[in-house]
Amino acid sequence: MSLMKRISLIFRAKADKALDRAEDPRETLDYSYKRQLELLTKVRRGVADVATSRKRVELQAAQLHQQSDKLTQQAQKALSMGREDLAREALTRKSALTGQMSDLEQQRAQLQGEEEKLTLASQRLQAKVESFRTQKETIKAKYTAAEAQTRINEAFSGISEEMGDVGMAVQRAEDKTAQMQARAGAIDELIASGALDDASSLNRGDDISRELEAMSSQSDVESELAALKAGVSGPAGGQALEPGDSASPAEVEAAPVQDRKEQEDRP
Amino acid sequence: MIVRILGEGQWEVADTHLGALNHLDEQLEAAVEAGDHETFSESLHELLVAIRTTGDRLPDDSLLDSDLILPPTDATLEEVRELLGDDGLIPG
Repeated sequence: MSLMKRISLIFRAKADKALDRAEDPRETLDYSYKRQLELLTKVRRGVADVATSRKRVELQAAQLHQQSDKLTQQAQKALSMGREDLAREALTRKSALTGQMSDLEQQRAQLQGEEEKLTLASQRLQAKVESFRTQKETIKAKYTAAEAQTRINEAFSGISEEMGDVGMAVQRAEDKTAQMQARAGAIDELIASGALDDASSLNRGDDISRELEAMSSQSDVESELAALKAGVSGPAGGQALEPGDSASPAEVEAAPVQDRKEQEDRP
Repeated sequence: MIVRILGEGQWEVADTHLGALNHLDEQLEAAVEAGDHETFSESLHELLVAIRTTGDRLPDDSLLDSDLILPPTDATLEEVRELLGDDGLIPG
């Protein structure tokens, strides 16, 4: 049991060192309880921090996905215009994004794992802190300072070990999150620099877009011109409406005639 | 005997299982000393599985001290070395 025993001895030594013994051992109980609540707050904050990092990675992944879709569309458009060279360029850029995207997915999964672990750790700690609080109140109510000592030692050892464990879990999660934040920062910079052609830089446009736009504006001109030409050669269409219109003057004429007749018929 | 897996919780393991656990523990310790990453992750994994399957999980609100403590499931060899070296074995 060497390794497992060694680690448990190390935890016990640490817990003992962390314990601030007051003159009245019952005060030590209150002091420790306060520290437990602080740790509980810290773990919960840790859960929130990891969740924030996870959301950031998800947002970046969404941006890269959008960019990758855009490059696919560009490649299709370029190919439909017979520009295989441009299509190839777009697909090359897209494949560079694929590596980044799978890296982000790994990070996301890892952060989610940390988030779940810390959530469980905070639930375990909470259960133990509540149990400790009950014991603490019992000890304070029932025992004198001298009698309380052994009971206190029992209550402490279990909770101290848990605190050491949870403290370590928070530390590990923080370390992992910090590493990933550094990488996320690098990707943010890459997106901001335009190297990945972020979709938000659409108005500026990347070179593939510019070339495709130039080609489509050329074809737009052609098609509009063709439409105008068709319009100029079709004035007969306007005249076609007139026979319909001429019907109404006839009706207008007919009505007054009837009116006049009616007026004449009246005495 | 109460065993804690760091980051997971505590298990009550019957003494009849200790022989098998001891064997894996020795393997694990040897791997840490030799810096053998492959054996390290294999024996750690086996040891943790053995505890989870042979032991009875203690309720979350129990305040019992563990007799043995094991590294977390995703611990690296370096982390375990750090854990062992970090002010733990220095008396006082």
